[in-house]
Parts: sequence; structure tokens; C-alpha cells
Amino acid sequence: MLPESGGIDVFIGTVRNATKGKTVLRLEFEAYEKMAIAEMEKIAAQALAKWPVQKLLIYHRTGVLAVGEVPVIIAVSAAHRDAAFEACRYVIDTLKQTVPIWKKEIFEDGEVWVAAHP
Amino acid sequence: MKINILAFGIAKDIFGGSTISVELANDASVYNLKYSLEQQYPRLKKLATYMIAVNNEYALPEDTIYETDEIAIIPPVSGG
Repeated sequence: MLPESGGIDVFIGTVRNATKGKTVLRLEFEAYEKMAIAEMEKIAAQALAKWPVQKLLIYHRTGVLAVGEVPVIIAVSAAHRDAAFEACRYVIDTLKQTVPIWKKEIFEDGEVWVAAHP
Repeated sequence: MKINILAFGIAKDIFGGSTISVELANDASVYNLKYSLEQQYPRLKKLATYMIAVNNEYALPEDTIYETDEIAIIPPVSGG
């Protein structure tokens, strides 16, 4: 954090225990690592170009995550909160659309690759 | 030309492995690749959508594929 920073907006994603009323046992994440990192860097560059952001962090885990664990963290510091809130929201929203990471939801009676089918 | 395709997520289940190899014409495009993949693996057509990445960049259907390219199939992403 810089002395010029007036605010830090942190988004921490956590594994929740249910989807559409069905109990989720755990999530399994995998990534096309090289491209995922490249796409994250593009998103960071876009955010830095669009808002007066001072520092920006994107963290994403892969592997098996239990309920309550943290797959993703976005942190943005800026002189003023508007930029921090807007950039942080932009980064997580865009990450979910373009970064080649996939999560499988494991239920008691089966498993589903999220968003795979209409 | 023989091309290896990296597969992730549900595409790995559909292909039955994380890499498959496909025979393509030498001047094939991404569109041609998608067409031949869908012939071999009709389940691909049931996905909400899927992209092809060439050398870690999302490709356009008209992009040409070269034998040295790293090709991956990108089913709908669900990070975050």
C-alpha cells in the first residue's frame, strides 16, 4: 500500500455449501496455467488503464477446495474508494468471463462442470 | 498435418484425455478444426459454447493453424 492510497477494496471468494439448493461437498479447480496468467495480466492492465489504481492483486487457486476455502482474491488500492470499488468489481467480473479456469462442483449424487451446458 | 489439442474441464471428459491428436489439412483454419472435432466428438455441440486458443490467445474462426502452434480447446470458463 502506498502512502498516497486512500482505500483498498478486497474481494475474497469463498466456496459455499450449496448451489440451487443442492449441497456442495467440494469444488475442484483446474487452469490452463500459462494462458490463465496471460489473461489475468490483460485484465490487470485494462483496470490500471481505466481507473487511477495504485496497486492491484489477482490471486486464484487450483486443486480441490472444501466449503469455506478461498479460491480467489482480488485486491485494489487507490487514492479514492470509487476507483478501488469499480476496478475490483471489473477485475472479478472479467476474470469470470475470460480467464481459462474451470470449476467442477461435487454433489452427493454426482458432479457438474459449472457453466458447461446451457 | 497432425495437431495436438490440449483439453481442459468438460472437454477432457468428452475427449477421454487431456490431449488428443487430430489430422488436419495443411492450411486448415480454426473453423475447420472445430468442424472436424465436432464430427469426432458430437458432445461438443451440446456445450453452451467453446473457444479454441492458439498459442495462449483466443483464436478467431478464420485464423490459420500451423503445425508448430499450441492449440487448446477452451470450454466455458468458470473461475472465481
